[in-house]
Amino acid sequence: MCLAVPGTILAVRGEDVLRTGTVSFGGVNKEANLAFVPEAKVGDYVLVHAGFAISIVDEAEAAETLEYFRQIGELGELGNKT
Amino acid sequence: MRFVDEYRDQDQARRLAQAIAKATTRPWSIMEVCGGQTHAIVRYGIDELLPPAITLLHGPGCPVCVTPLELIDKALFIAARPEVIFCSFGDMLRVPGSGGDLFSVKAKGGDVRIVYSPLDALALARENPQRQVVFFAVGFETTAPANAMAVFQAHAQKIPNFSVLVSHVLVPPAIEALLSAPDNRTQGFLAAGHVCTVMGFEEYLPLAEKYHVPIVVTGFEPLDILQGILMCVEQLEQGRAEVENQYARSVQRAGNRPAQALMAKVFRVVHRKWRGVGEIPKSGLGLAEEFAAYDAETRFGLADYHKDEDSECISGLVLRGVRKPHECPAFATRCTPARPLGATMVSSEGACAAYYQYRRHTEKSREPAPRS
Repeated sequence: MCLAVPGTILAVRGEDVLRTGTVSFGGVNKEANLAFVPEAKVGDYVLVHAGFAISIVDEAEAAETLEYFRQIGELGELGNKT
Repeated sequence: MRFVDEYRDQDQARRLAQAIAKATTRPWSIMEVCGGQTHAIVRYGIDELLPPAITLLHGPGCPVCVTPLELIDKALFIAARPEVIFCSFGDMLRVPGSGGDLFSVKAKGGDVRIVYSPLDALALARENPQRQVVFFAVGFETTAPANAMAVFQAHAQKIPNFSVLVSHVLVPPAIEALLSAPDNRTQGFLAAGHVCTVMGFEEYLPLAEKYHVPIVVTGFEPLDILQGILMCVEQLEQGRAEVENQYARSVQRAGNRPAQALMAKVFRVVHRKWRGVGEIPKSGLGLAEEFAAYDAETRFGLADYHKDEDSECISGLVLRGVRKPHECPAFATRCTPARPLGATMVSSEGACAAYYQYRRHTEKSREPAPRS
């Protein structure tokens, strides 16, 4: 129910509560309301739930999480060698 | 798909599971609050990757599951009326009320429609001014801004034939109810990443402190969940009880302010009954006075209808993590997704349905689960 899917904004229209955009989900385009992410712009990734973008994906934070996974992997490999 | 695929890497998952095993010296019970996380855990077999000392309890975070019987009955009553177009998210249609479900109303000629967004229901109201269009506004904080927006736009655009049947619930009061129950087994929580995307996580700080439980805001992909578990285990092992944020690519401490502002305008906090659990004070949202004209319960004269649950279903115990689905005598016999006795078997995010679908009939089974 609380599923939200990341997609990238292709176009933005309207303003205020009627601010909407075309969002591409891996090549499938859908309209989404962008009123809750007023600073979102074309090219940003947003998480969309029930037709509404609820956040802009923070790419720096996403990269940091992936870096954490990489480090865990390296630690695991070091552990396996000893 | 970017921001999805990279969080499903199998090798990384194994390494994270090894890190969890390494960090674990004692048995711990951790509850994932959100039904979406429950579904991912059972679907990807995340619980089977974990050391036997870690028990995952499946929490009450499926709004389909916790919508009380009397509200389902109200939905059935409204949907059966000839002038009504009744709109709902798809997973509400098979939830059993006292007399059938929304699918059975549709089968008897009721105009019941599945929509993707509450704004789709509002568009139907605009296109069908001679009909009453009612949207079943269920959900946690994640969905509340969307539903608030539909009501706000109906009011602004003067669409009188639109109304909402509201069954909104809130996560923090439910966590507090679980923690204060005498039979509570939960020692740490994975908080729901998308609820916190909207609300932030400041309201969890007093809970972590008061009950001395770690709370880790966690995402929904397998690596997110494993990292959330690792962070929670590390806190438990070190005796810490803090609120941490695993899902920082989406969740900010203060949440989504514009969404919160609209929720605060359209809704007010009310007491809510949770199916299988009972009433939890200040645990839900109802329409604020300014928008009371859009309340379907009042519009269709149902505000005073009450109905208590009467079933052999133990979903209340399952929702509180006291029982696992397969410990119910009716599980997979008298209760199946096709003929559910209770709500946790209905929604794909309900713990019972997830166990049934992925054939997880025995806890901590070390045999690989067959995938359907």
